[in-house]
Amino acid sequence: MIENGLKSGSNLEKVLKAGHFAFTGECGPPKGSNVEILKKKYEYLRDKVDSVNVTDNQTAVVRMSSMAASKIMLSDGIEPNFQMVCRDRNRLAMMSDILGAYVLGIKNMLCLSGDHQKFGNNPGSKNVYDLDSMQLIAMVKKMRDEGKFLNDEKIDVAPRMFIGAASNPFGNPHEFRVYRLANKIDAGADFVQTQCIYNMRRFRDFMKAVVDKGLSERAYILAGVTPMKSVGMAQYMARMVPGMDVPKELIKRLKGVEKKKQAEEGIKFAIEQINEFKEMPGVAGVHLMAIEWEHMVPEIAERAGVLPRPSF
Amino acid sequence: MIVADRKSLNEIQEMVKECKKILILGCKGCVTVCNVGGAKEVEILASSLKIARKKDKKIIEIDCMTLERQCDPEYIEQIRDVFDIYDSVVSMACGVGPQFLSEAYPDQKFYPALNTKFFGGAVQHGVWEERCIGCGACIIHMYDGLCPIARCSKSIQHGPCGGSSDGNCEISKDVECIWDTIVKKKIERERLKDLRCIRPPKDWQTARDGGPRKSIREELVQ
Repeated sequence: MIENGLKSGSNLEKVLKAGHFAFTGECGPPKGSNVEILKKKYEYLRDKVDSVNVTDNQTAVVRMSSMAASKIMLSDGIEPNFQMVCRDRNRLAMMSDILGAYVLGIKNMLCLSGDHQKFGNNPGSKNVYDLDSMQLIAMVKKMRDEGKFLNDEKIDVAPRMFIGAASNPFGNPHEFRVYRLANKIDAGADFVQTQCIYNMRRFRDFMKAVVDKGLSERAYILAGVTPMKSVGMAQYMARMVPGMDVPKELIKRLKGVEKKKQAEEGIKFAIEQINEFKEMPGVAGVHLMAIEWEHMVPEIAERAGVLPRPSF
Repeated sequence: MIVADRKSLNEIQEMVKECKKILILGCKGCVTVCNVGGAKEVEILASSLKIARKKDKKIIEIDCMTLERQCDPEYIEQIRDVFDIYDSVVSMACGVGPQFLSEAYPDQKFYPALNTKFFGGAVQHGVWEERCIGCGACIIHMYDGLCPIARCSKSIQHGPCGGSSDGNCEISKDVECIWDTIVKKKIERERLKDLRCIRPPKDWQTARDGGPRKSIREELVQ
């Protein structure tokens, strides 16, 4: 632990530790070296969120490196949640990048399995998966808390990361989701961001089990929100995105308004969700994934009543 | 067993396009069992190549033979007297065959007619599935007889990942999510607690990652 009992001293950690309802955003690096695109995206998030997830070759499509984009953001005064997937790096590259990221000033890290490369635009690439997300979490914790590499060699200046993990409350087999979350927390997750939530009834049940098992006392759970832009998007998510639960009632609700008002209806639903999450036992914040809709984040944050963000 | 698929006729034709006389060499081992490189398949390939050549008005002479195994020098020796009367030899064994043959007969050219795929078994008539990747450190018993290293697309030891959907893997609806099956089996057998643990990273040195492997049984070495 560093000063004040903080693990990394990141803004996100301070917000959560102080008991504020956290609000995080997301920014996918561009398919190229065009920094202006990156800047334009994250500028919408400035002062509206506590930290911003920087995705790591999401959907297995090559993009600007997550670490580089995180550093650019950091230098511009926005705190990144550096994402790392197990698909592209073996343990050597992972540990090396964790040290590098820390030296660059990155203090939050989200540890993920990553979408299989068959999904993306380089399906012929070799997959790595030397470690899985559980083992990656445990490794980052070991590096931070024990000051040791995976092979038990001592690290000269240990990287102090606030460790994040993902959780899908709706994945199958359903009974196992809380178990898997518990494993991730045992492994060392300090905060957890969930998959996009649309089925509030099922999420309430999930959170009840999380609270009953005392998991929300051991890690901060941030509920995932992605506003629907249209009926088409809702139908696509329901049919095409693995592990996504989009209830028929939500699709019906979006269909109930004329086409040009569907986006507004989607935002209204997201705001209702955020308001419920504020009151939901065990939920420590919201992770807003406004995919290619970053410019709507200020309005959503404003209308959801999460502004101004705390500053330290 | 080792499971393989035959290369396309076009690809094999291209390999032997300059040859006037070839030997097609089958194997009575795994590839006979998975109906891809045994005596029957050797005959089929020979006929197909002859027909294709006839169309191109370029006659080819083809002899057929099937060895007991192509992964054993003892059987490889059985073509010692004839190997050099052919322009080339097409092996219908797994990837081991053409290599053992090439090592024994450096002056001859051996072509692989098969693409060797995996260690597996037949799940129904005509369908074979992968069950093992030969990682060299078996942990199947921890997962109720289901190997996540071979059967999970990401070889993860703590699944299922977020991509598991209705029992299927995120890469395709035709691929079983083995982690879904493992968890369901653990639930049915009331052994879900087995999965409430964090396993250390796998040591891949025993797998292909540690470099080419050997197996030595001292008692047999002369």
